[in-house]
Amino acid sequence: MHSSTGQWVILAVPVLMVLALATLSWRERRALGPDAPPGFIARNGWPVASFLILAVVLWTVFMIVLPLLSMIDLSFRPRLPPAQWGNARDIYTLDHYRFFLFGSNTSTDSWNVTHLKAFGLTILVSILVTALDFCICYPVAFYMAKVARPARLRLMMLMLIAPYWVNELLRAFAFRLLFSNQGLINRVLMSLGLTDQPVDFIAGDVALYSGLAYAYLLMMMFALYNAIETLDRNLIEAARDLGAPWWHIHAFIVIPHAKPGIGSGATLVFMLTAGSLAAPLILAGPRSLWFTPIVYDRFYQAFNWQQGAAYALILLVACIIFVLGVLKLFRLGLGEIAK
Amino acid sequence: MTSALVLDRVSVRFGGFTAVEDASLDIAQGEFFSFLGPSGCGKTTLLRAISGFVQPSEGRVLFEGRDMRGTGPNERPTALIFQNLALFPMMSVAENIAYGLRVRGMGKRERLARAEALLELIALPGQGNKRIDELSGGQKQRVAIARALAVEPKILLLDEPLSALDLKLRQHMRTELRAIQRRVGITFIYITHDQGEALTMSDRIAVMSRGVIQQISDGETLYHQPRTAFVAGFVGENNALPGAVLDRDGDLARVQTELGPLPGRNSRQLAPGSEAVLFLRPEALSLVEPGAGRLAGTVTGRAFEGATTHLTLRCGGGRALLLSLSGAAARQAPEPGQEAWLDYDPEAAILLPREGYGDA
Repeated sequence: MHSSTGQWVILAVPVLMVLALATLSWRERRALGPDAPPGFIARNGWPVASFLILAVVLWTVFMIVLPLLSMIDLSFRPRLPPAQWGNARDIYTLDHYRFFLFGSNTSTDSWNVTHLKAFGLTILVSILVTALDFCICYPVAFYMAKVARPARLRLMMLMLIAPYWVNELLRAFAFRLLFSNQGLINRVLMSLGLTDQPVDFIAGDVALYSGLAYAYLLMMMFALYNAIETLDRNLIEAARDLGAPWWHIHAFIVIPHAKPGIGSGATLVFMLTAGSLAAPLILAGPRSLWFTPIVYDRFYQAFNWQQGAAYALILLVACIIFVLGVLKLFRLGLGEIAK
Repeated sequence: MTSALVLDRVSVRFGGFTAVEDASLDIAQGEFFSFLGPSGCGKTTLLRAISGFVQPSEGRVLFEGRDMRGTGPNERPTALIFQNLALFPMMSVAENIAYGLRVRGMGKRERLARAEALLELIALPGQGNKRIDELSGGQKQRVAIARALAVEPKILLLDEPLSALDLKLRQHMRTELRAIQRRVGITFIYITHDQGEALTMSDRIAVMSRGVIQQISDGETLYHQPRTAFVAGFVGENNALPGAVLDRDGDLARVQTELGPLPGRNSRQLAPGSEAVLFLRPEALSLVEPGAGRLAGTVTGRAFEGATTHLTLRCGGGRALLLSLSGAAARQAPEPGQEAWLDYDPEAAILLPREGYGDA
């Protein structure tokens, strides 16, 4: 298919979607007959209603639908000099996806080990970082939600949030300093005599993984805090009174209750970690593998936007699969974790 | 009779605030014992001290002679039923009931069989697979009882468990609770601010006010022989006439009140001159011929309540008196605006020290 048809698809899809939804609501109102409650426009009046509709439509179409559709479109186009855009050679192709798998636009002989490995590692480490964040946040969130007195709670909130007033890049640099050869951690380790040579945390990816875990910690923290906070304290006491040891209470009372919070925290942390750019650029060692810098390179080093779009889309699809997987695992609806 | 629970001079303090002061009592095995008092009187704190969620600042809690200091709620032979029931919404009815058994490591088949047996006890057979939110208020109530009974506690503690139910269901559950207690034969300790609940269900009642146990006795004794002004004012209706003791005459004494010198039973042996309150039950007052009797006033209200008729009177000094009549006396009761003359048997009036009067 020639890619100029793609342009029409991109423009037509949002329009068709709006029309389909409008028809649907019109049919629903007709089915209700004269008993129908006052419509959106009748309730808000013309000026407000048209502003709201316009604002929502513009926001969704320009901020969400169009960029995504054009990225999908771009990812299927061949890489051509601008002069040849839209001419006979500009037809849809799977070249960039083939490149991701096999490292070549033509052959399928060998796997694109570097990119596949980086991709796999990114997904895997993001899952581990998510799990690590959960392990760090759960006790703190539980303490804040159920144990701490109001004054202590406010102080803890402040202490948790304050570091995030600093820009993400600066926080990543701070981690680099902390983990460097002459950094605080190495000096402490050496002065304690635990090691006689500085440990290379950067090359060992320790710095990267710690930085990533730290970067989106709050997402998990507040998702968990909000979920645990709504748990009736009497349920914990009732379980204790029935003889439950503390771990049993957490495993069978608190965590099942906090499931929606865990789900939303996990999806947020996973998505942000897998898509994070600053921490990998600054904290990664010379041989570290992370997928987002590769995507970044497709755009700004290789100037191959089409391939970059394909790579970004692959990451997006992987993230969506992860989110759906988490929902399935926790037997949650999409609406529940959005709360 | 052996005692199931002994409180030995228990005090509970939170910072500078004393929630329970110097509480001592002895509850027998198989007894239905209630703590009665207004909210904030310390009864819930005392219950939490018994169940182990709060450690007494002073004194000892003894179960069958064993000191419970340092023993957590999960190791005590008690089970607590919470005011809001605290059923686990993430579990089915049967899983709720079997939770305590699961914690104790009982196998799944066995504990679900136990749960089913308990469901029969509470008249909900075969409902184990329901979700908690599918149950009605009264059913939830019974499931909470079954969950607590599943761990076979020696003492069941109930913290105002009926307060969330409507009146009809509450009255039904009173008989139900008492019946369940007889069937399982264990000690029940019941917390309530509702004297109707306490009086109808309990073997004995401890009335509490401001962290102090005022009196421990059965309901009839509380009603007829209150030991403190608080108990006299809190349990049942009472006309209170404060004053000072004038003189003593054997078991009786006279008090100088706003309505003149009035006699009453001096059960606390108050000396002349001491501050006292004379309590007159509405049903102890009776109408007499004009000009006779110790009291007089103008009828301000008359309310027919079926078996009884309530009259309100305004006497000298603006003090209102409540009068409860039944039978022929009720039919001949004066209309509002008319004068009425009253008398009472001094043996039926009680004279108590002023201390604690007005706390209720």
